[in-house]
Amino acid sequence: MNRILQRLYFTLIGIFLAAPLVVVAGVSVNERQSLTFPPKGFSVSWYGEIFSNPEWRNALFASVTLAALSAALAVAIALPLAWFAWRRIAPWTNVFQVLGIAPFTLPPVITALGLLTFWATTGFYGQPWTAVISHAIFFVTLPLVTLSLGFSSIDRSLVEAASTMGADDRTVFMTVIVPLILPYIVSGYAFAFVLSLNEYIVAYMTVGFTFETLPIKIFNALRYGYTPTMASVSVLFVAVSAAIFGLVAWFGDLPKLLGALSAEGK
Amino acid sequence: MRREPPRTLTDYGPLFFPAAMLTIFFVVPFGTMIAVSFFQRQQGGFYTPAFVWSNYERFLSAFFANVLGFSLMLSIAVAICCLVLALPFTYLLTRMSRRAQVLWLVGLLSILSLSEVITGFAWSTLFSRTAGITNLLVAIGIMDSPRALTPSLGAVLTGMVYQAFPYTVLVLYPALVRLDPTLTEAARTLGASPLRAFFNVVVPALRNTIVATLIMVFIFALGSYLLPQILGRPQHWTLSVLITDQAIYQSNMPFAAAMAVFLVLVTLALVALTLFLGRKGEAA
Repeated sequence: MNRILQRLYFTLIGIFLAAPLVVVAGVSVNERQSLTFPPKGFSVSWYGEIFSNPEWRNALFASVTLAALSAALAVAIALPLAWFAWRRIAPWTNVFQVLGIAPFTLPPVITALGLLTFWATTGFYGQPWTAVISHAIFFVTLPLVTLSLGFSSIDRSLVEAASTMGADDRTVFMTVIVPLILPYIVSGYAFAFVLSLNEYIVAYMTVGFTFETLPIKIFNALRYGYTPTMASVSVLFVAVSAAIFGLVAWFGDLPKLLGALSAEGK
Repeated sequence: MRREPPRTLTDYGPLFFPAAMLTIFFVVPFGTMIAVSFFQRQQGGFYTPAFVWSNYERFLSAFFANVLGFSLMLSIAVAICCLVLALPFTYLLTRMSRRAQVLWLVGLLSILSLSEVITGFAWSTLFSRTAGITNLLVAIGIMDSPRALTPSLGAVLTGMVYQAFPYTVLVLYPALVRLDPTLTEAARTLGASPLRAFFNVVVPALRNTIVATLIMVFIFALGSYLLPQILGRPQHWTLSVLITDQAIYQSNMPFAAAMAVFLVLVTLALVALTLFLGRKGEAA
């Protein structure tokens, strides 16, 4: 009896979570340019449209570039910070860790508006590279948390052994630390990448008028004319996110990572 | 390598880049925003440096009070709905096989990371007349003709619960994983039904976690920005929407900044409350 109830509960939650995605997937295979469900006819041409229509292709290219660069910059900020906090006794480094977590904890509109006023004041408003920095700051929390977890799981005696054998800081870092920390670098990068790919408001506020990322493009399409391409892009995004998180789960310890992520979020 | 305090300037080397980036691109923009919130607005979308309280005085209007009240109530409703749905779900999830847990977590993470634009679009499709859920109800004979369920308050609420549910699960997950399973076992051996054990043992043991989760989901929901626009009417717009509207479309940066500062204060007060509860929970 209890087992059945539990099954039912999980099935209902599953339906609730999957329903919108199923409808979007259905809409994306409509033959004509209409958003009907169940779809009339079957066609995958709207998936081709993402790559053949220059507007959608440019938006896709812009989003992927932005996500790849900003996630890399976020890792570049987080790695030395997490390394320093692990290596040294300096209580005030906590200040920077809090600063790294703050943008993600506050409502996003605040970070977005802060960056908008900043770029407008400095005169760089609308330059594509400002979006890279903005996203890197906004998402630096994710690699920072995964890397802090990674460092805390390193056995200090390994490092000590290396330095007694005569390795200097640099050698220790490259030959001992980096191989141990690599899975955490990758998962931090993956989290930042996926979230940056999907981010709307920071991108919109900083470069929205000069540069179209995919979420901005979808939102504009919502306002000025529906097309099934929106649905096919959405399905593509869900697939990409699921694939990336699946890979993180495959190569790493997802329950442990998530335990750390939410604990830091508090 | 033992942990030691930094001695020479080169010891501080790794800190330079992260500290500089975070200061220049987070602290300074934040300061800029606070400064702009005191600036004087000029006609035509410009503003000049000044120190005026007029942007904050506009909060005292009935319109603003309504928006603020609505935003807070909506976020509270979302937080409660999510917690009620997610607490039993997460509890049962942590008792499933590791493989099943990972599968659900991957799915939840994918939905959580999904752009608000996509969630909004998906639900507006699901609630539309042509492709929506009402077609299903017509097919099984509950309704006579399909109709649109959006824009409406129910649609906004559903969309926001959908968006915040995975977040709630992920916040609850670590606490529930660490929950001592012998607690419920003891209750069960003493003759409590699983439901009774859940409500009389698990829920009280997690009281502080539950309150902290409610606050975190509340803050998360406060940040929701596109769903009220896509799924609701203008009277369903939240503070986040209003801030963007003022900044981008009304070109009133000082007022937008003042509202954002206000939102920061509300959020910080809540975060402080969460930390306080967390501390108390550890002491208990």
